[in-house]
Amino acid sequence: MTDRPAVRCRGLVKRYADVVAVAGLDLEVRRGECFGLLGPNGAGKTTTIEILEGLTPADAGEVEVLGERWGRGRDRALRGRLGIQLQETQLNDKLSVEETVRLFRSFADRGRTIDEVLALVELDAKRRSWVGKLSGGQKQRLALACALVGQPDLLFLDEPTTGLDPQSRRQLWDLLASYRAGGGTILMTTHYMDEAETLCDRVAIVDRGKVIALDTPRALISSLGAEHVVEFAVADGATLDQAALAALPGVGEARLEDGAWSLATPEVHLAVPALLAHLSAQGAALSHLTTHSATLEDVFVALTGRHLRDA
Amino acid sequence: MRDRGGAHPPLVELTLARLREFVREPEALFWVFVFPILMACALGVAFRARGDEPVVVGVIGRSGAPLVTAILQRTPGVTVRTLGADEIARALQRAEVQVVVEPGTPPVYHLDPTRAESRLARRIVDDLLQRAAGRVDAFAAREAPTEAIGSRYIDWLLPGLLGMNIMSTGLWGLGFSIVHARTRKLLKRLIASPMRRRDYLLAQLFGRLVFLGIEVGALLLFGHVAFGVPLRGSIALVLGTCLVGAVAFGGLGLLVASRARTIEAVSGLLNLVMLPMWVLSGVFFSASNFPAPMQPFIQALPLTALNDALRAVMLEGDGLSAVAHELGLLAGWGLASFAVALRIFRWR
Ligand SMILES: Nc1ncnc2c1ncn2[C@@H]1O[C@H](COP(=O)(O)OP(=O)(O)OP(=O)(O)O)[C@@H](O)[C@H]1O
Ligand SMILES: [Mg+2]
Repeated sequence: MTDRPAVRCRGLVKRYADVVAVAGLDLEVRRGECFGLLGPNGAGKTTTIEILEGLTPADAGEVEVLGERWGRGRDRALRGRLGIQLQETQLNDKLSVEETVRLFRSFADRGRTIDEVLALVELDAKRRSWVGKLSGGQKQRLALACALVGQPDLLFLDEPTTGLDPQSRRQLWDLLASYRAGGGTILMTTHYMDEAETLCDRVAIVDRGKVIALDTPRALISSLGAEHVVEFAVADGATLDQAALAALPGVGEARLEDGAWSLATPEVHLAVPALLAHLSAQGAALSHLTTHSATLEDVFVALTGRHLRDA
Repeated sequence: MRDRGGAHPPLVELTLARLREFVREPEALFWVFVFPILMACALGVAFRARGDEPVVVGVIGRSGAPLVTAILQRTPGVTVRTLGADEIARALQRAEVQVVVEPGTPPVYHLDPTRAESRLARRIVDDLLQRAAGRVDAFAAREAPTEAIGSRYIDWLLPGLLGMNIMSTGLWGLGFSIVHARTRKLLKRLIASPMRRRDYLLAQLFGRLVFLGIEVGALLLFGHVAFGVPLRGSIALVLGTCLVGAVAFGGLGLLVASRARTIEAVSGLLNLVMLPMWVLSGVFFSASNFPAPMQPFIQALPLTALNDALRAVMLEGDGLSAVAHELGLLAGWGLASFAVALRIFRWR
């Protein structure tokens, strides 16, 4: 029983009038892990997660959540074991924080006390405030409180930290870490690469309704064959030869996009001097040069040729 | 005993949430409590002094006018206004005068025969002028005025206003709050939790009923204190009738709101449902004014049943058995709407 995955789906398809939101998607989330869905806007992450939550019916495919299937007469019992945060919910503005948590607590047959949950998300000081008067970050934490109140075995989070300041994000990460320490499983979506790299044991990169890569963040990054990325641009739009750049010592791959070059480099200390020598031999002047450690964003760019944000 | 970590049972918490949402919305309070009282007040004042309203007669200013004016003005309750010949139509249209006398032999009466006041004024004027011209009455009848309480317009109107108020607060109140919650995806969030769907709909209905007592009590008390509207039947039966009516319109409210995705859509639907009942169900004038072929339809409407039952109990002092049919009809509307709403309700 405990060896069965927390979530399993096969061949998931969901079409809307003229778009295929999910196009044959397979996933398996193990018990106790934090699994991330990454992808550009409109990739189908929310649609997928809502199908798994039993809120949206799929056109095709199989879903198994905590060993159960939706629509077999045990939905309510299953919901009692899930914690769900939707991408866009506005809770009732006219209720206070405490009243909202109390309402959601009343639906669950087990779980924490209201005080415990409020302490957990650090909203005790705001317990009497109306939901409509909370800041964006406080609302996110309240949404999380409502998801956590029934002590779920599995937590679905759709962009839990979008719109939060860096400090609130870190607080939320700590909260999720302590939830996992208690044996919980998380399936989340995010647009923040650092978040996925910090929180997730494994991530699936989703594009156009399909999983195009799936592994641990570390393995995905090292699949680039490069630890670092060097980005530069040359003045006056001088043209450079892609093959020549890729052949420089310490450079794995070269790519030109919107007048900016990026080089995947396993060894920056070799690549940068070689690049500078190459440019001066070509008579081209640098207008811009940066290097950064490779991220999941670079993995996405390498896989699709597009950026996560504007794909 | 279930572990709810300090929360009440879900039905109680959902009902409390509904009530809080309601009382924290001051506009809603106005429409539910103040508006019907203002309405009763305005209508009550407009129709109160009906019996002693003066008869206003226009007299065309030409030869013979002073004599006619003198004859008419001798009589208490008749007021005369001198008009130019070109002002006749306008004065009648604006109801500034009820009849216009054009002096002459014989005189000409201008009136709007479709208006009862106009016809009445014509007879009064005619009697006065005929008598002055020498007609002799065959006899002088004696008048025995009766105690009119219970049969005045305001007495008849108040139960209708009560019924209408129960209808509009039920329909608007539930319709708006549900569609609002749907557009904000709050309903979707709720069904993502282990909440029972039935509990949510029931809580909306119960939330309505809690304020019903205050709403009904305020209007009844106002009618009694301000206009002396009688309550001849049992007050428990009046409240019970209101309760069954509120269940009927609460159920209808859930049904109307069960699919609509926008406030505009639900407003249109609500008007579509309420308008026929405003007109047909005997709020401001009796439903018996409509032709017989329409009556089966009119009698099946929940507001007709509610108004009829309220009038029977309040004005005629009828008991439970006399209004059992109406109450049954209302309960049927409520249960059927609730059952259909639960099946077709759109949660996302
Ligand atoms: N109810 C709907 N009706 C029609 N099209 C829809 C609906 N919901 C989603 N879509 C479409 O399906 C596609 C996938 O949407 P989805 O919300 O799953 O993307 P996402 O990966 O969650 O994006 P984001 O990162 O912006 O949240 C999009 O093209 C979207 O326009
Ligand atoms: Mg999304």
